[in-house]
Amino acid sequence: MRKRAAAVLAAILTTAVAACGSSASGDEDLVVSAASSLTQALTAYGRSFDGGAVRFQFAGSDELAAQIRAGVKPDVFASANTSLPDRLHEAGLVGRPVVFAGNRLVIAVPAEAAKVSSIADLAKPGTTIAVGSEEVPIGSYTRAAIGRLGGTRSAAVLANVRSNEPDVKGLVGKLTQGAVDAGFLYVTDVTATSGKLRAIELPTSLQPSVAYGIAVVAGAKHPAAAQRFVAGLLHGKGADQLRAAGFDPPPT
Amino acid sequence: MSRPGWFGALLALALAAALTFLTLPVLAIFIHSSPRELLESLGDPSARDALRLSIATTTVAIAVIVLVGTPAAYLLATRAFRGRALVVTLVELPLVLPPAVAGIGLLAALGPNGLLGDALDDAGLELVLQTAGVVVALIFVAAPFHLRAAQAAFGAVDPRWIEASRTLGAGEARTFARVAVPAALPGLGAGLALAWGRALGEFGATLMFAGSFRGITQTAPLAIYAEFAVDFDGALALSAVLVAISAALLLSTKLLARDALARA
Repeated sequence: MRKRAAAVLAAILTTAVAACGSSASGDEDLVVSAASSLTQALTAYGRSFDGGAVRFQFAGSDELAAQIRAGVKPDVFASANTSLPDRLHEAGLVGRPVVFAGNRLVIAVPAEAAKVSSIADLAKPGTTIAVGSEEVPIGSYTRAAIGRLGGTRSAAVLANVRSNEPDVKGLVGKLTQGAVDAGFLYVTDVTATSGKLRAIELPTSLQPSVAYGIAVVAGAKHPAAAQRFVAGLLHGKGADQLRAAGFDPPPT
Repeated sequence: MSRPGWFGALLALALAAALTFLTLPVLAIFIHSSPRELLESLGDPSARDALRLSIATTTVAIAVIVLVGTPAAYLLATRAFRGRALVVTLVELPLVLPPAVAGIGLLAALGPNGLLGDALDDAGLELVLQTAGVVVALIFVAAPFHLRAAQAAFGAVDPRWIEASRTLGAGEARTFARVAVPAALPGLGAGLALAWGRALGEFGATLMFAGSFRGITQTAPLAIYAEFAVDFDGALALSAVLVAISAALLLSTKLLARDALARA
């Protein structure tokens, strides 16, 4: 009995190790900390990047910046705003940041049987909304847009907020699971759900300027490869992947 | 050197390594934040809301776990039936589930698009993004801790006591309440403390199933995570408070159970 259990356990472990074997990575990988909203575009770019293997860490930009302040050293930091890399640069923790992409804030709703079809619906009592938490860029863009609705309307929309999610992954999950009627996302996140969600465009008067900043981390283990990675996002395969995912060229 | 001496030294070394490794992060939290910072962090209204919500939701979850879990564990510990081992494994499964899996599972089962989504909706029950959803997530991840400990505690009660109680004419329910529960109390208390600690620390399943909203679903661990990005010191201070509360719970439950046993 005990022998059989040991055999089963060994079989499971062997399979698991074999399954992970190929992904075991060494110290030579380029490590890129990037905003959750860049997941699809940068993963695709990473596969075609000719400067070596790339290891990505996707999370809320604010979490990644906090890690860098706490002493974590990826090679590259790509943020969904410009203020986080700017502040890290002022603190001497990253090199001079450059803007490499733009994006658009939209209202995201389930593709089928959506309860919300306009901005006015967001203010109706009973509508449930998910937004990014205040600290993460998607959350501050969202608050800026809602603020521009003006006094009572923006208060009515904010009163319908049911969850402050730490990054866009959480927002997409809440929307695709039908936990909320609507949420504020980047248009690229909606595209990435391949049809599960639908975007409602914001009028220009509400649209905040969404700009993505990137910087090489001070004391990066692979500064040369990191520079090449950044350069490819400005002009090259990375830029192509960003456009394919629906990102705008850097706003001027 | 005699063999027990050599082995004894090895045991002591292993314990020293375990103790150092397991206490170092907790120690670091307290070294980082002075008592004054701790008090100041409690002055932050969002931190107070989070702690209040954590205490309220874990209390309700633990009450449900104890009321339902204790008799269920008694049955598992005292009756032999076909498929018992399978049932035990199934109810203990959440112990080894990653919190993210627990969150996805809860959404797939009880979310608006989940298995029971329509049924819940018809009954007018809303769980997702509600305080009730937090309680459901806490019960799911914490109940197995109590079930497991309670089963072991009931299993260790001398069957002759139970037999004697029945022979003396006490009914099944009376035997459970007057003999089995008092005798198993220290083990039940330990299980309760573990389940409570696990519930207080719950993060992933809560975030995925119940979301994060101040005063409604943002428990202390979620507030720590939100704070971490903007104010590392504030997050540390709130962490320290949570550690202190958890430690106090663990200690007082153990002491209570010991006292109860001494009186019994």
